[in-house]
Amino acid sequence: MTALETPRHRVEGLGSAHSGVQQFWHLRVTGAALALLSLWFAYVTIGLATANQISVLAFFQHPLNAVLMGAFMLVSCYHMTLGLREVIEDYVHTNGLKIFFLLLVRIFGFAVAITATVALFRIATP
Amino acid sequence: MAQRPNAAKRPRPLSPHMTIYRWPITMASSIAHRATGIALAAGTAVIAWWLIAASSGPESGSFELFQSVIRTPFGQVILFGFAWSLAYHFLAGLRHLVWDFGYGFDIRTASAFSGLIFLLSILIAIAGLVIIYTGHAGYLRQ
Repeated sequence: MTALETPRHRVEGLGSAHSGVQQFWHLRVTGAALALLSLWFAYVTIGLATANQISVLAFFQHPLNAVLMGAFMLVSCYHMTLGLREVIEDYVHTNGLKIFFLLLVRIFGFAVAITATVALFRIATP
Repeated sequence: MAQRPNAAKRPRPLSPHMTIYRWPITMASSIAHRATGIALAAGTAVIAWWLIAASSGPESGSFELFQSVIRTPFGQVILFGFAWSLAYHFLAGLRHLVWDFGYGFDIRTASAFSGLIFLLSILIAIAGLVIIYTGHAGYLRQ
């Protein structure tokens, strides 16, 4: 049987709901970015593991390190918000509870992202 | 319809339920990927705390508080859990990207890599702590 779908519609991959693939795709793209950023993060945390506060401040005052740490934290927060959303959508089936947890996850994601950003700006401007 | 006298004593047959099966390693691997993801989500809050503590002036004592909490046995367990979660989620995440390209789906390959990811992630986490405990960490200190 020949497909009734047009080639363009198939390539866009949106189906009849016109949305929903973004979440899957964004999770993969941020995951690939985090694969690289987390290698840098592991190098940094072990490198600063026994260091005092002055060393930590000096390290993150360097613009490149601040940008990489900011990228790691913001991409992590987005990736984790999408991932936790998937977990909730899989296991929480009561509508009210589901909406509550989905909101909670978003607030948590925003809170961590904003906290990390504020901290990096505070370090950058002593 | 008439009930047979011993109907209550005879349990009706049930189809085999999920819980009676032995866990295939791929299933354990999938669950661990989710569990480590949730653990890492909690870990981001700890990293944010670390950054905020560092950004607060030395006279506030915030950074000392963070360090003293991390240095307790409980803090060290959390640290090891975070290191293992990061290593596991990193390796299993890479495998997810490989799966997305359509490779590695046959049962032998999937099972072998599940075991390999468990083993490697534990070794990486132990290696991380060994680096710290043998004084090889802190190479970025000023």
